[in-house]
Amino acid sequence: MANRSNNKPIVWRLLHWGIFLGVIGLIPIIFGGNSYYMYVATLIGVYIITIMGLNLTIGYTGQISLGHAAFMGLGAYTVALMTLNGYSFWLALPLGASIAFVAGLILGLPALRVKHHYLALVTLGFGTVIYLFLSNEHEITGGFSGLPGIPRPSFFGINLSSNIAFYFLVAGFLVVLTIMMLWILNSRWGRAFKAIRENDMRAEMVGVSLLAYKLLAFAIGAAYAGVAGGLLAPLMKFIDPTAFPVHESFWFLIMLIIGGSGRFEGAFIGAIVVMLLPQFLRGAQQLYFVVFSAITLVILIFWPTGLAGLSDVFFRRVLKRNPPQLTK
Amino acid sequence: MFIQLVVSGISIGAIYALVAIGFTLLWQASRTVNFAQGDFLTVSAVLMFILVCLGVPFILALLVTVGISAVLLGYVVKRGIIQPLIDRSHTTIIVATIALSFLASNSISTFWSAQCKPFPQIFGMTPYRFGSIILSRQHVWTIVIAIALILAINLFIQRTKPGKAMQAVAQNREAAKILGINISSVTTMVFVMNAVIVVFAAMLIAPVYMVRFDMGAQLGLKAFYSATIGGFNQIRGALLGGFLVGVIETFTSAYISTEYRELVVLVVLIAVILIRKEGLLGTEER
Repeated sequence: MANRSNNKPIVWRLLHWGIFLGVIGLIPIIFGGNSYYMYVATLIGVYIITIMGLNLTIGYTGQISLGHAAFMGLGAYTVALMTLNGYSFWLALPLGASIAFVAGLILGLPALRVKHHYLALVTLGFGTVIYLFLSNEHEITGGFSGLPGIPRPSFFGINLSSNIAFYFLVAGFLVVLTIMMLWILNSRWGRAFKAIRENDMRAEMVGVSLLAYKLLAFAIGAAYAGVAGGLLAPLMKFIDPTAFPVHESFWFLIMLIIGGSGRFEGAFIGAIVVMLLPQFLRGAQQLYFVVFSAITLVILIFWPTGLAGLSDVFFRRVLKRNPPQLTK
Repeated sequence: MFIQLVVSGISIGAIYALVAIGFTLLWQASRTVNFAQGDFLTVSAVLMFILVCLGVPFILALLVTVGISAVLLGYVVKRGIIQPLIDRSHTTIIVATIALSFLASNSISTFWSAQCKPFPQIFGMTPYRFGSIILSRQHVWTIVIAIALILAINLFIQRTKPGKAMQAVAQNREAAKILGINISSVTTMVFVMNAVIVVFAAMLIAPVYMVRFDMGAQLGLKAFYSATIGGFNQIRGALLGGFLVGVIETFTSAYISTEYRELVVLVVLIAVILIRKEGLLGTEER
């Protein structure tokens, strides 16, 4: 942590951005002809946004959220209901994100008063209640029949209903939200977040307002999930409550841990690996749950930095120098 | 009707209380918030069910399950998963128990069955009649057994030497260490105790819920609610919380709505946290 003198962050960042934008650009060139592959790629993009938000909450401020599926559900149902009733997607999406943000604030406030396991409990309860609401309020949400026929938006007159066009919309959001997250993490806020994760008490002593920053980080994490949900609805064109059950939030947690919690790349690696592997190895989905939860335990015990930590091993063992970090 | 509801609320509350006590014991001994508590219960119920189906007499099946559970869910979980993580953040342990919960429930549904299986009605079916009041055998026996177990646990903690060591560890780890208490083995003992408690809770709930890979999920959550409402660091807190949650839930489903009983319990929980963050009977933690 202290020794950052031999890093070359600029080069390192350019390399990361090169890979990131290169992959985004290459996917439609390679898989553009196959609408299913494009769908999977878009879906992964949506989940990366959620996991990025979760990483801010858990990885950077050490607060647990078991409500990310519910925040995603709030975003998805807001966009679905509004666009089905003729409102613009561009109005619905910010609203969905704001609802998730406010829900995060409301949930975070009582939970932050007390020890952090209560936050786990309250967000878990929130996830359960949102799921119950979505399944039972047929008048509003359609219950288990779901909401079919969600339209895809257009962008300044450009129709985004084809899979490739929608892929670029999600990719655009992903890039913008990545830049925003990097900005947050490298700003004064981000350094405060990190101080909080390293040592609550010390951070408070040097004047970081713990409550405000933690609450903000939690709510921003929720808003990211809200945006992801708002993109998921028009991507799938149909949503029902089964897309947002409580164990989906557990699944997000597993993605983050496998990718590397508290590492910027962690969200990307985790979402890609966990979502892509089942596509290659078709079979019983339950078996993946078994395998990935076992892997998560192993990673937690033996290798807490997750797959993102692989590059550290490379730097330390092969190049004999400290690994550079994307965020300070 | 009112008395029946109270009895049924207390009976489900007694099970919540039992599971919640295991929860608080784990918390006090090792600061572990066990999100896999409900899945421990599922695993025990499935084991017992398999043994009973193989023709093993019920009492023997119960004892064998207690043995397996004590080793697997107590000793192995403590030594293999919790011990290596114990010095890391609470969040890490929470995530680990969540992964464990996922592993347990998905292993059952993948390698055993994803179907609902009816558990034998071990207490019999004919209800007890007291004048005009009819009480189900299941409810009455659940209350009797749960209370007997809770008293036994309490006696163990208050009167025996290992029980007193547990208290010492819960109150002050450093002081306990100085006094020569082996913290690691006390913690292991608590994990084993919790595993045994969970088997009895499984025995009491399985005839009502039926055996299924996710039967424990809701129950674990309710036990967590109970422990929080009553006070996370007190056995009597878990007890009060369990009965409260059970009764509130039963009355909500009877008079308001079955769908939203979760919501009512959650509102009570948030209200309690806001008013008294240690829970109703809990004490301030260091």
